[in-house]
Amino acid sequence: MMQSRGELPHWVDVGLIPVINLAVALIASGLVVLIIGENPFEAMWIMVQGSLGSLKGWGYMLYYATNFVFTGLAVAVAFHAGLFNIGGEGQAYMAGVGAATVGLGLDFLPWPILLPLAILAAMAMGAFWAWIPGVLQAKRGSHIVITTIMFNFIAASLVGYLINYWFRPVGKMAVESREITGAYILSAREVAREYFGVKLASSPLNFSVFLALIAAWAVWYLLWRTKLGYEIRALGANPSAAIYAGIRPDRIIIIAMAISGALAGLMAVNEILGVQHRLLLGYVGGAGFVGIAVALMGRSHPIGILLAAMLFGLLYQGGSELSFAKPEINRDMVVVIQGLVILFMGAFEYAFRPALSALFYPLGGEGNQ
Amino acid sequence: MTPAIELIGIDKRFGSVHANKDVTLAIAPGSIHGIIGENGAGKSTLMSILFGFYQADSGEIRVKGKPVKIRSSSDAIALGIGMVHQHFMLVEPFTALENVVLGAEGGRLIGPALTKARAELVRLAKDYELEVDPDAIVGELPVGLQQRVEILKALFRGAETLILDEPTGVLTPDEADHLFRILRILKDQGKTVILITHKLREIMAITDRVSVMRRGELVATRETKATTVEELAELMVGRHVLLRVEKGPSNPGETVLEVKNLTWKDRKGIARVDNVSFSVRKGEILGIAGVSGNGQSELLDVIAGIARPTSGQVIFEGKDIGILGDPRHVRAEGLAHVPEDRQHRGLIGSFDAAESAILGWHHLESLGKGFRLDRDKVVARARAEMEEFDVRPPDPLLKSAKFSGGNQQKLIIAREIKSNPDLLIVGQPTRGVDIGAIEYIHKRIIQLRDEGKAVLLVSVELDEIRSLSDRILVMFAGRVMGERGPRATERELGLLMAGVGQDAA
Repeated sequence: MMQSRGELPHWVDVGLIPVINLAVALIASGLVVLIIGENPFEAMWIMVQGSLGSLKGWGYMLYYATNFVFTGLAVAVAFHAGLFNIGGEGQAYMAGVGAATVGLGLDFLPWPILLPLAILAAMAMGAFWAWIPGVLQAKRGSHIVITTIMFNFIAASLVGYLINYWFRPVGKMAVESREITGAYILSAREVAREYFGVKLASSPLNFSVFLALIAAWAVWYLLWRTKLGYEIRALGANPSAAIYAGIRPDRIIIIAMAISGALAGLMAVNEILGVQHRLLLGYVGGAGFVGIAVALMGRSHPIGILLAAMLFGLLYQGGSELSFAKPEINRDMVVVIQGLVILFMGAFEYAFRPALSALFYPLGGEGNQ
Repeated sequence: MTPAIELIGIDKRFGSVHANKDVTLAIAPGSIHGIIGENGAGKSTLMSILFGFYQADSGEIRVKGKPVKIRSSSDAIALGIGMVHQHFMLVEPFTALENVVLGAEGGRLIGPALTKARAELVRLAKDYELEVDPDAIVGELPVGLQQRVEILKALFRGAETLILDEPTGVLTPDEADHLFRILRILKDQGKTVILITHKLREIMAITDRVSVMRRGELVATRETKATTVEELAELMVGRHVLLRVEKGPSNPGETVLEVKNLTWKDRKGIARVDNVSFSVRKGEILGIAGVSGNGQSELLDVIAGIARPTSGQVIFEGKDIGILGDPRHVRAEGLAHVPEDRQHRGLIGSFDAAESAILGWHHLESLGKGFRLDRDKVVARARAEMEEFDVRPPDPLLKSAKFSGGNQQKLIIAREIKSNPDLLIVGQPTRGVDIGAIEYIHKRIIQLRDEGKAVLLVSVELDEIRSLSDRILVMFAGRVMGERGPRATERELGLLMAGVGQDAA
């Protein structure tokens, strides 16, 4: 009763708060840049220019965003069920094994059959890697946050082992599989050249970006237009009401986790089938964790996630341009800036709420009367 | 004589809701002052302002004639105002003594404070009949004693004025009587008591003066001796209210639900429902009376499929549904369930009304084929139900949490009754619901009975049980203490509720 503050108007919640958080994050980053003796405005200009100033920049930005849409949606689906899946990293990593196994093992199949199979295999492996913590939570009560973190480490070691001892061709020095030639997603550049005769600047952007849009729509449809989605949201919003309604929490927890893992697994489709065309070490590169920030910032809604993923895509692409252009701001500095944005957008997501509430309801909160 | 507390022109808005409109109230020292009104009338807001939870937009508070600013509950306590909340604010694993001292330790070491408090408790117990074992673990005390600990907490902090918010909701009639005795002693010792309640009978029994609130306004203050229950009820709702329910005789038909030797044990192995047997027939309302916490909630859960019986059977239309242990299948058999706790179970606050209005029934094919949920159909269904049951505002897209308690309850009742059940089980249908909605809900329940459906009603409100039921069972400590007709006296039922009965089944 005492702390119940009024709900803020919708536009403040989804519009103003993210903008304020972003502004504060940028100011904090600017101070960091200033401390190391560079001009923050120039640094920011390089970042924006580096990602939005050229087709190549756009290509990279959208390629990063594709990854973050998948991992962001994964976090969001689990979140709607009241679960905090922070195992996107491991689920996406394991998914690569699925994609590569099918892509390499069944490469006698024609590509229109092989590619969908490889994508499904990636989703299945991701789902499997989230399904285990889901079962442990549903049946044994092991907390999903703990188990998914542990599963990230298990995945990291397991995939490393598999690449080294199973996928690496004899005699190859690099720790990676041979090239996946049959299940191959054309990059935007190749499509432009082959089918339109247009020359595009090189970028890893590929058809998976459409898969990301489809996934975003599918998640929206699942959550708000199906009975399963209704049950997932009901369980997340009010578990005792869900039980009253005959919704079985164990069942929904397992299903929601599997869907979440499958979405995280799609990240491997972009990376392994779309860009690298081989299974290699450490390709997830933190995208699973960025997904958490993306989902928080996007309010766990697909539209918000698309926008937030593009912002983080911009930070990633602009960040690497920045470290390239300004040797003083090295790669680690860029990670610091990205970290600050994640901190303010994610962890401090609600930091400015009380102040805004006080602004909108100057004389105390909305009570129960 | 200077009033103990004066509220002058208190005005409070929450966004678009005008919770207190220019309320002026004076409370005489050494008196018991009742504040009565429907839910949402602004009683709790007013008291929260007095106790420092909210600040008024305008207006003045005077304590003993002196204007004061109350910014927090500690300000209020310093001014000698104490509050006993409806939901106790006690640390259950602590002893009574530790709870009393909590927040008033007065030093880094707990020892001296406890010694001082122990002596003080002995004195308070003697002066006010507030006996509580100081070393008893609060979580193990019955509610009546927990409430006493709350009162002791306030007195220990030097409260001159004591605010009690709906204090009898959780008490047996006996415990309530004891509470009233304590309040009278407090008054005789010169303390001032403010009693917030929606029970007219209590107002008449104990208060000296009574103020009636309606829609944020203080509409009248009366000397209790000079008013009647009918007048107060009319002031509360602004129109004449039928306090008795109109209903004809029942025509019971065949048995719909038969509960046989049902036992349900909790995780600790304690039988919360203990060898209970009864049956409900078509066209009758079976009421289950009892002080809350005597196994009624668990009984409802088992019948609704939420909990699986430890032993015994729940036979519904010839089929043992107890073994299903699944609310979804139980619903499919034709049983509807209005849960006791609407906030935590009946609906989902963050869902819009349309989505809350299908909770539990969301699998119906009429709401979407197969796995799909057709949003248009969901909204249309909610709109029709809200219209028929006069849910206000009739907006299916409004968040469920934004409706008042009475309208939330109507939404739930609509959902369950419109599912056309053979048996409706209802827990506390009118808890925290305003009089207008109570009347309507009672009417719909009786209408359902008259259509030949069976109703199982669980309520802690004796008035409700007596006016609705065709037969009354009384539960105590998980067992059925006895069955009575609707004409049973309150005293008779009260004794059974307290576990005193000759025909324990």
